[in-house]
Amino acid sequence: MLKIDDLHVKLEEEDKPILKGVDLHVRPGEVHAIMGPNGSGKSTLSYVLAGRDGYAVTEGTATLDGVDLLALEPEARAAAGLFLAFQYPVEIPGVGNMTFLRTALNAQRKARGEPELNAADFLRAVREKARALAIDSEMLKRAVNVGFSGGEKKRNEILQMAMLEPRMCILDETDSGLDVDAMKLVAEGVNALRGPDRGFLVITHYQRLLDHIRPDVVHIMADGRIVASGGPDLALEVETNGYAGILASVA
Amino acid sequence: MAAPALRTGAAAALLDAWPTPAGEAGWAQAVRARAARRLAERGAPSRRDEYWRFTDPTALTALPATAAAAPQFDEAPVFDAADRLRLVFVDGVFAPELSDPPELAGVEIQPLAAALRSDIHWARELFGALEARGQEPVDRPLAALNTARASEGFAIRATGRAARPVNFVYLHRSETSDALVRHIVRLDAGADLTLLETGPGAARFNKAMEVDVAEGAAFHHVRAQGRDHERRAATAIFARLGRASRFRSFTLTANGRLTRNECVIEFAGPDASAHVAGACVGDGDFHHDDTVFVTHGAERCESRQVFKKVLKAGAVGVFQGKILVRPGAQQTDGYQISQALLLDEASQFLAKPELEIYADDVKCSHGSTVGAVDPTALFYLVSRGIPRAEAEGLLILAFLDEAIAEIEDEGLADDIRDRLAAWVARRRKG
Repeated sequence: MLKIDDLHVKLEEEDKPILKGVDLHVRPGEVHAIMGPNGSGKSTLSYVLAGRDGYAVTEGTATLDGVDLLALEPEARAAAGLFLAFQYPVEIPGVGNMTFLRTALNAQRKARGEPELNAADFLRAVREKARALAIDSEMLKRAVNVGFSGGEKKRNEILQMAMLEPRMCILDETDSGLDVDAMKLVAEGVNALRGPDRGFLVITHYQRLLDHIRPDVVHIMADGRIVASGGPDLALEVETNGYAGILASVA
Repeated sequence: MAAPALRTGAAAALLDAWPTPAGEAGWAQAVRARAARRLAERGAPSRRDEYWRFTDPTALTALPATAAAAPQFDEAPVFDAADRLRLVFVDGVFAPELSDPPELAGVEIQPLAAALRSDIHWARELFGALEARGQEPVDRPLAALNTARASEGFAIRATGRAARPVNFVYLHRSETSDALVRHIVRLDAGADLTLLETGPGAARFNKAMEVDVAEGAAFHHVRAQGRDHERRAATAIFARLGRASRFRSFTLTANGRLTRNECVIEFAGPDASAHVAGACVGDGDFHHDDTVFVTHGAERCESRQVFKKVLKAGAVGVFQGKILVRPGAQQTDGYQISQALLLDEASQFLAKPELEIYADDVKCSHGSTVGAVDPTALFYLVSRGIPRAEAEGLLILAFLDEAIAEIEDEGLADDIRDRLAAWVARRRKG
């Protein structure tokens, strides 16, 4: 479903390679985790896939269901089924959370040639999904992420994911800044979305999130490459030996 | 100091261009004569004046006025859904046949001309008085011209809570109209009045309004200046606020070749509150100037200025805002923010925030920023599937919303939001 081949990326502004040949293949229904030390290129990978400015792809491909993601504008990637849950969700004063959600959902439906959701159906869907994530109506009414706690922002990301129902979800350090209870809520939200047609790429620094979102495959990323891949046990090994131990063993 | 001959000559020409209204009471004639003398002595505005440095007044004073095509739009007038009393002007001339009967519980409404022919004490105290006070320390020659010559407009006195808003509707039909309109508005103690103003007015429009808000009264003013491209307008509001009164004024300006909106507010009694806000959007050959002067002359008053401008394709925005705190006006709370969102590098924002404080126990702050659309916020929105242009539109509306939020009536605020959303949507297509 998500197929990344030999992806090389550098910063647009300077000649500094960040990704140096990433290969990754997520099949429908699978949950992949990418772990790695700071600066290994994990977040860059998520941004490049989502289409953020400032990066230049110098080699390689990334496709979603055969569609060349790198040729699309970010909004078209979203409509094609890609979703990135941000490590730092952005506060947007003056744009209501509900307006934002509805605009996004209908823009995607329109791009796919589907009818827009009417206000009543939308409201019903949001309320139901928000309840599962313990997001109250007050939070829905506020401006996007403004005044939200760290945990509320992450839950809001998952709410967007639940509403937009993407094919392929990338979670960029969704566990950062979360306490155990908030992490559980987020993980439950993610697990509820798992299904045979949907893929996940969970980027995390720590193993603990993977106790709650059980991955099928774990990758270790270092210096712009995936240096090791394995089952969930690989994450436990990170927990026990640290990245240094794993990197030494694959070197 | 004598003004240069060029300027006094221009002032004399302006005074000659409009007749002195005939048949008025002696007191009114005297007010007009004093205003004419002020203008004649001090001269027409010039780019050399401190408060005209950013805005060239030539098009506001040149004779004859430059023609401007009358706008033809298909959308319903602003505030059409609101239950209000409409008083319609066509090219600056009252059109009773297009208007509602000027009868409203809690409010006395009469044409300005009628008020100036009689001896109504409140009109006598108000007409030209606040304008004259507002000429110090900064000259306001276009307002002086208005006092000297304007015969169209209304004298409105709110004696209690107005049953519904009064809406001045200014239609622009003639390409060569050059109009002066003057209103005087008095709110008796405890009265409450909402005044709406809509429409471009004329090819060139000079409008002034004096508002006297007595103790405990509340004045709400919401104005949408119309979105025709060619209009040139100079407007002035002079307000005097009594003890514990409230003044709220919001202006939406979409397009217009040249717009100068002045607002001069004086706190005459303690514990009063005044908020002046503006949202302006300009695309192309557009120059918009907000010039505000708030004088805190009494204790414990609160003033707030919130101005937001979205500028595109060479549009120019100007903000000149001053807070003056007089000696003894302790515990003043003064706030001012002016911000521009530039959609390209051709556009320009010029800001001159000023604080002048002669009391030691006050809280005053001001801020002014200029910037582009935030790329981080934009990426967040597009990453959710919202097309870039639509996302940018959402961020533009969000930027303006702080000014719109100053409108207390939610229905009126939503109407303004709808107008702006339509403007943004049209830009997206263009």
